[in-house]
Amino acid sequence: MSPATQSNNALGLLRELAPRVLGVLVRRNGDFDDCEDAVQDALLAASRSWPVDGVPKNPTGWLITAASRRLIETYRSEAARRRREHSYTLEPAPGTVPEVDDTLALLFLCCHPELTAPSQVALTLRALGGLTTAEIAHALLLPEATVGQRISRAKARIRETGTQFRTPTARECDERLPAVLSTLYLVFNEGHTATSGQALNRVELTSEAIRLTRQLRTSLPDEGEVAGLLALMMLTEARRDARTGPDGALIPLAEQDRDRWDQSAIAEGVAIVEATLPVAKPGPYQLQAAIAAVHDEAADFAATDWPQILALYDVLAAFAPGPMVALNRTVAVAMVRGPAAGLEALDAAARDPALRGHHRVDAVRAHLLDELGERDAAREHYLLAAQRTRSLPEQRYLLARATR
Amino acid sequence: MKYMILIQSNPQFLERWKALPEDMRERFGHDHVALSAELAETGELVASEGLADPALAKRIKVADNQTVISDGPFAEAKEHLAGFLLIDCESEDRALQIAARVPDAVWGLVEVRPVLDLSGMDM
Repeated sequence: MSPATQSNNALGLLRELAPRVLGVLVRRNGDFDDCEDAVQDALLAASRSWPVDGVPKNPTGWLITAASRRLIETYRSEAARRRREHSYTLEPAPGTVPEVDDTLALLFLCCHPELTAPSQVALTLRALGGLTTAEIAHALLLPEATVGQRISRAKARIRETGTQFRTPTARECDERLPAVLSTLYLVFNEGHTATSGQALNRVELTSEAIRLTRQLRTSLPDEGEVAGLLALMMLTEARRDARTGPDGALIPLAEQDRDRWDQSAIAEGVAIVEATLPVAKPGPYQLQAAIAAVHDEAADFAATDWPQILALYDVLAAFAPGPMVALNRTVAVAMVRGPAAGLEALDAAARDPALRGHHRVDAVRAHLLDELGERDAAREHYLLAAQRTRSLPEQRYLLARATR
Repeated sequence: MKYMILIQSNPQFLERWKALPEDMRERFGHDHVALSAELAETGELVASEGLADPALAKRIKVADNQTVISDGPFAEAKEHLAGFLLIDCESEDRALQIAARVPDAVWGLVEVRPVLDLSGMDM
């Protein structure tokens, strides 16, 4: 094994073990905030020594011991500060580690409804992903101080609410799972957003989101939406290499080189969709995954089964009606019934006040007008869309379309 | 999502600023520091700075690989950037809420602009 591979394996193992170690510590000591800091210190120590000295025989035990020692030091110094007569006899007891899956309890804590979405993302990446604050900051394109503050504030907020660390009940699961899934999807989309070339040593948030969702699926194998989200991520990630040109330019689905799609990711995503849809309670992630699966299974753009995509959008619109679903559906309408019918559907969808001034309305309109051969009107809307988008690659793409 | 809060000023605002009583100017500065500290505490602040007088500005022009630097003040400017906050927050509503707390919003001009990101829709 090369030193680089050995180092990567050690770091991968660390991240894998992070939530387990944290779970054990919180169960023993109760305080999420201090335990999380202690685990973070232990992970940092391990990330320095493991790649050099090799992974210890019992890596979980090693981390638990290191984190417990750190925690005791914290308690002792706090006690000394408060000038209290406390003797902590709590010695690290690596011994046997109970086979409890704390992924769920930790995820529910990190996605606490009292926290803002950006805080949920940062805390989840640290407590469950085992990432350092610096790595998270780097991945989110933010200063380390900003992310560090977000994490400590989130932990303080959880402490204030007095939330207990425990495995959620079935009812709590039902109520709060959507928030957990939306945080994981946000992590995935942040990764999608921040893709700016293959930066070395940068944690890929998309792979991180997939890894965490996979873990969640192990804890909740029968939740259709967990499976649906995992499949959606895999089927989207499968197209990643083909989505951008060498210069970072966006390549639309219709023009992507499908040989560059990751077939093993597609196969896994499709298999999850096929195994889940017939038996699980349906939901928006499963339906979006099913739509992505139809796209990913087409040999080329022309071979796409558009009637099926349209049918899936109709079901999705019934389950989770919303302006973006209605807007995306218009593309499918145009592919099945022609661009004129697509424009009609677009007019109807664009009446939603939430879409007023939205660049995607103009982008879709421009595209459909282009299809109808109305070049001047198309150009006008490409330019409007380019002006209204918040994304640099999209702006480049839309301007290129306008001046083509 | 990142937003840039631009604090614009102009010669009239500057005149009014200079005419303010000392304690009001002090409170203004204090409110700025307090807002930045609060945003740092919430983990929403990326950067915030106030800019020196536009008289200290220099302009750079590169033509035919030659760099030409000209000194201010540039009298023609109707408005100038007096400071900025770069924030990363949950929504545009939150960005607007923060902007309304910038002391300059009371008597100057404060503008919120979304920052371009690298996201890309699947088309």
